Amino acid sequence: MIETLLQGVLLGGLYTLFALGQSLMFGVMRLTNTAQGDFIVLAAFAVIAAQAGVGGSAWLAVLAVLPLAFAGGYALQRFVLNGTLGKDPLPSLVVTFGLAVVIQNLLLQLFSADPRSIETGGFNIQGLQLGESLSVGALPLAILGVALAATAALQWLFGATSLGRAFRAVSDDAEIAGLMGLDARKLYALATAIAFVLIAIAGALQGMRTTVAPSDGPLLLLFAFEAVIIGGMGSFWGTLAGAMILGITQQIGFRLDPGWGIWFGHIVFLAVLVLRPQGLFPKTR
Amino acid sequence: MSDSLLQVRGLEAFYGDAQALFGMDFELAKGELVAVIGANGAGKSTLLKSLTGLVRVPRETVRWKGEAIGGLAPGEIVRKGLAMVPEGRRLFPSLSVEENLLAGSLARRAGPWNLSRLYRMFPILQEKRHQPGTSLSGGQQQMVALGRALMSNPEALLCDELSLGLAPIVIREIYAAMPQITAEGMSVVIVEQDVSLAQRVSRRLYCLQEGRVSLQGECTSLSREQISRAYFGME
Repeated sequence: MIETLLQGVLLGGLYTLFALGQSLMFGVMRLTNTAQGDFIVLAAFAVIAAQAGVGGSAWLAVLAVLPLAFAGGYALQRFVLNGTLGKDPLPSLVVTFGLAVVIQNLLLQLFSADPRSIETGGFNIQGLQLGESLSVGALPLAILGVALAATAALQWLFGATSLGRAFRAVSDDAEIAGLMGLDARKLYALATAIAFVLIAIAGALQGMRTTVAPSDGPLLLLFAFEAVIIGGMGSFWGTLAGAMILGITQQIGFRLDPGWGIWFGHIVFLAVLVLRPQGLFPKTR
Repeated sequence: MSDSLLQVRGLEAFYGDAQALFGMDFELAKGELVAVIGANGAGKSTLLKSLTGLVRVPRETVRWKGEAIGGLAPGEIVRKGLAMVPEGRRLFPSLSVEENLLAGSLARRAGPWNLSRLYRMFPILQEKRHQPGTSLSGGQQQMVALGRALMSNPEALLCDELSLGLAPIVIREIYAAMPQITAEGMSVVIVEQDVSLAQRVSRRLYCLQEGRVSLQGECTSLSREQISRAYFGME
């Protein structure tokens, strides 16, 4: 039982990273990025491609991709997604859905349909012995650490800095925020840039932990979406909690029957959607 | 007017195809308190929104210290020294009282207004500084909205319906702060539906009717009948 819980928490760490970018973009712009999963896969392939250019080091490749993700996210929001924002959520859904199709086909064209992974020099198979019958992988533990650090950093950014105050102000009322001298369009671009750094980290760690294929995006989006909905839209600790609940539930399902894990997660997601559509830990206002 | 801060000439404003202001002239001098009165839909709020960039108007129709500023982005206008207290207060719900006030200082203009001065003027806000802004009473929220605008250290403060929905005692408390605000030469425009209140606190008055100035002048020189006719459009 303890092992199942532990594995669930570790899996929840990964799902947290899948979902934080989604939570951030929804929290600031009320924008649902339906290409979230495909951008995660794109980031993983970007790291694989960069690895060859930096002499094989996975960590150097990740460091090279992060600024590109930041710039790409900023430009995407500034020049494409800002034009889709408004009272009607449909334009942003259609545009991000279109981006998802483009990314999947681009990756198929460039890398074929074969699954690939990021070579970590053996780090992904190292483990820590926690007792006689309990051990955890070093990489999943590192992923959990990164997820906790990213959640805490976002919470600090939003709760304790003037940039976070500006993000919350434009999210509340962009028109009045404009009267304070805030440029909502630049702030939206910055929020997406930060979300894309998180997406790149999630993609890199996913590619190190397992294999990635161009068609993986929709499933990753589903996990991200489920974690955000379970936790409550726009709350980072809620997203972390939602991801943990999803991870633990899936692990319990896997333990009962290897084919049950994913749909156990879906059942919890559907139950929350029906019984508490605002999520378990929604943003308090 | 020799020391004119703000000059509006022939201002026309539209919401889509609907015209809200028809060739309006308006003037504000340094250090003066001007009231704008009129019935619902007369164009009072549209005038303030046009001055602060929330409604786009032709560049040359609004001049600030001689510079044409019509249609500039609200952020550029606030950095030039024009701040607004919007109708209905419109505090940021996810920000605390203090964070709402600090949001006003994001325009980064230097001047006498800061948190400690605001807290001296409205001590209740210091007591409640960590509470969400929107959890306060209507009057206290209006103090936050006023304070938030002052935190940008404006040279002209535009107040849209400060008294709306507030009890008379609360209105008196808020207007009691006006002498402190204007003491250092700040110009103030107040938009009001309450005519007698507007006459009491201001030196000059504009009355709007259906998007046009129907009457203007020194408050002391205007009779109650003149104002009633201009306000209601009675001949």
